[in-house]
Amino acid sequence: MKKTRVNSNSVLLLITIGLFAAMYAAGCVIYADKGFGHFQTFLNVLITNAGLICVACGMTCVMLTGGIDISVGSLIAMDCMLLAYSMGVKGYPCVPMLAFVLVIGIVFGFVQGFLVAYLEIQPFIVTMAGMFFARGMTAVISTAQLSITQKSNPQYYGWANAKIELPAFLGYTNNKGAVIVPFIRPTVVIALAVVAIIFVVLRYTKFGRSLYAVGGSESSAKMMGLDVRRTKLKAYVLSSFLCSIGGICYSLNTMAGAVQQAKGFEMEAIASSVIGGTLLTGGVGNVIGSLFGVLINGTINTLVISNGKLLSSWANIATAALLCFFIILQSVFALIKERKK
Amino acid sequence: MEDQILLTMRNICKAFPGVKALDNAEITLRKGEIHALMGENGAGKSTLIKVLTGVHQFDSGEIRLQGIDGPVINRSTLEAQKIGIATVYQEINLCPNLSVAENLFIGREPKTRFGLVDWRTMNKKAKKIMDDLGIDVDVTLTLENYSLAVQQMIAIARAVDMDCRILILDEPTSSLDDGEVAKLFKLMLRLKEEGVGIIFITHFLEQVYMVCDRITVLRNGRFVGEYGVAELPRVKLVAAMLGKDFDDLASIKPEGGETKSSEVVVEAKGLSHKGKIKPFDFMIRKGEVVGVTGLLGSGRSEMVRCIYGADRAQTGTLKMKGRELKAKAPIDSIKAGMGFLPDDRKAEGLIGELSVRENIILAMQAREGVFKTLPSAKQNELADKFIEMLQIKTASRETPVNQLSGGNQQKVILARWLCTHPDFLILDEPTRGIDVGTKTEFQKLILKFASEGMSVVFISSEIEEMLRTCSRMCVMRDGTKVDEIEGEMTQHSVMAAIAGGEAR
Repeated sequence: MKKTRVNSNSVLLLITIGLFAAMYAAGCVIYADKGFGHFQTFLNVLITNAGLICVACGMTCVMLTGGIDISVGSLIAMDCMLLAYSMGVKGYPCVPMLAFVLVIGIVFGFVQGFLVAYLEIQPFIVTMAGMFFARGMTAVISTAQLSITQKSNPQYYGWANAKIELPAFLGYTNNKGAVIVPFIRPTVVIALAVVAIIFVVLRYTKFGRSLYAVGGSESSAKMMGLDVRRTKLKAYVLSSFLCSIGGICYSLNTMAGAVQQAKGFEMEAIASSVIGGTLLTGGVGNVIGSLFGVLINGTINTLVISNGKLLSSWANIATAALLCFFIILQSVFALIKERKK
Repeated sequence: MEDQILLTMRNICKAFPGVKALDNAEITLRKGEIHALMGENGAGKSTLIKVLTGVHQFDSGEIRLQGIDGPVINRSTLEAQKIGIATVYQEINLCPNLSVAENLFIGREPKTRFGLVDWRTMNKKAKKIMDDLGIDVDVTLTLENYSLAVQQMIAIARAVDMDCRILILDEPTSSLDDGEVAKLFKLMLRLKEEGVGIIFITHFLEQVYMVCDRITVLRNGRFVGEYGVAELPRVKLVAAMLGKDFDDLASIKPEGGETKSSEVVVEAKGLSHKGKIKPFDFMIRKGEVVGVTGLLGSGRSEMVRCIYGADRAQTGTLKMKGRELKAKAPIDSIKAGMGFLPDDRKAEGLIGELSVRENIILAMQAREGVFKTLPSAKQNELADKFIEMLQIKTASRETPVNQLSGGNQQKVILARWLCTHPDFLILDEPTRGIDVGTKTEFQKLILKFASEGMSVVFISSEIEEMLRTCSRMCVMRDGTKVDEIEGEMTQHSVMAAIAGGEAR
């Protein structure tokens, strides 16, 4: 009956982390000759997916309330296009533009959250409208492929290419005898800070706990005297805000703006959350899981690239298989719980 | 004496579309008293509570609370909580995905110096609360790990811990076992000592006499009276709830002269469904009409649902015409020759968008299987036959059922079962909400079917109606079949049996 019973949600998280470790270890063995085992490979996964990590954190918060936000991919495209156009073409300074992008995220999230929470419209529909709107606005800004170069904005270029070097002993010596020092980009610091902050928010603040309560049972949360509507509104604002931070990371990685950019990003974010143990029905999940969800996604891509011969679409198929695996696992756990009653 | 009064609700009226739920209802709650609010389902108990706690707004009337000048109007549960009114509803309003401790403290979590949730203090406090109540739980586990009963106790603990002056318990005991009920009562008595006023709603008459000081009875949304527990013995309480003046009851004899067949159609031994109905035996012969009586919520519907297989029996055996029937789902019972007209015809019986014809042939089609569609000529013939026989008032056989009146809808369901020619038909409150004329028609029909060899179980809240049609009655109380009466039945004897206890 008591004490020894293990929380099934933490088991799911452990499985996610274990799977990531196993997958990575397998990669190290199979593709040792291609440098998979170097620490830098792992860091590259973080660098490539810094934007996705931020977005997945926001997505997790929304999914905890039982909602969904499919506008994030388009919002990122709009952010990137806005930055590329203003800094790359017009040569505006970067600090005000970055602040502007963050404000757009908050306003965008406020509108979506208001519609969902106070007018009680289905989150899927509201954020789908947001998705079309942001994608459309991207094209309105420009339909060209824009890029930010060293010439057009040296400061931003400098940030994008800044290397934060880690201690040398984590590196390796190449065949010419030179020590290759591992490094990360500033975006990784941003992404990991987001994970840490959201972890604390979810676990240790009244707002964070309210997200779980609303997802667990909305009517109960109301009866217990929580402000359900405000909680939901805040969740969508947070999601779009984190998405804009993710958009900045994405922009720093690509230095480009294009209408078709970050297509399907929302699905990757949802998949990462689900693989990380977040339930679509709400009330269960945390950002550590989502972080590992993103890492698993990134590792699959790296594995496929390392193989070199495989079609890159195999990464999608692997993600699909993993999603099924985790959804089935969640159902099995839920069934076992039912049985025990 | 005046300052002893915590709460008064006077002349409360509340109308919902089409129904007057409360019509000059009232209640007076004093300090340190446990006050039972009694009445049948639909008497307005829950509505009165919801008006008090701000879930519903009332149309007219006045609520006054001690220490607050002027009338009080609560607009939300939160407002009611702020002025010291805590409520525990029958359905548990907690979050299954949160830990026990969080469910106790959410919205008012202890904080650390940095304004973050202090989990350690919260768990410690929660543990103490649960220990005080004598409930052994791990407060760090999520709520879904525990039974409904424990969850209910946690809900109560949450309400109690919020320093309430008035505690409302709306059927809190329906999911608790005897030991847990005892714990709850101990807690209620402790709160009473501390001066909390408790409004206690329950279907269990025994419990009223165990802990309550005073009883307020409502009927059809109206205030019937306020009584001290000592001055209102059970029979009188039941009479007050049912609205029968106990001394004026004219006894009506059942229509005699039935021929008793010896062939047993249905025989149940030791059937039970955990938490709903304790093991019972039941037997019915060919052509017999047996009534199941008891107050609403006493297990009447649960008993027949268990026989029919709508709630799968967990123990016991059921024989249909001598052969054992293991019904996994209602379809098995239908195939064996049973029919069931549920009490909630909107939710369980009719499909409003389908036509009268389609609703009538539904059960027959289910028995035949999906692949043997009845020819449409046959369908029309059947539909016309029953519309004629039961005098269903409908524009045509293709009219959607939801355009019919309540009584006619009820006839459509009856027709549905009749066309399957069941050997055994269960009618749960078939006459509720229909006019007197139609009721008499129904009673005649029941007797007619019985004379043709059908066995019928009949449930009704109106005792006269059952006296007129039934030759035998099972008496239910608190989820148990307590008695079976036969032969000379009068309203008095039936009501005494329903009330039970010292009344007999």
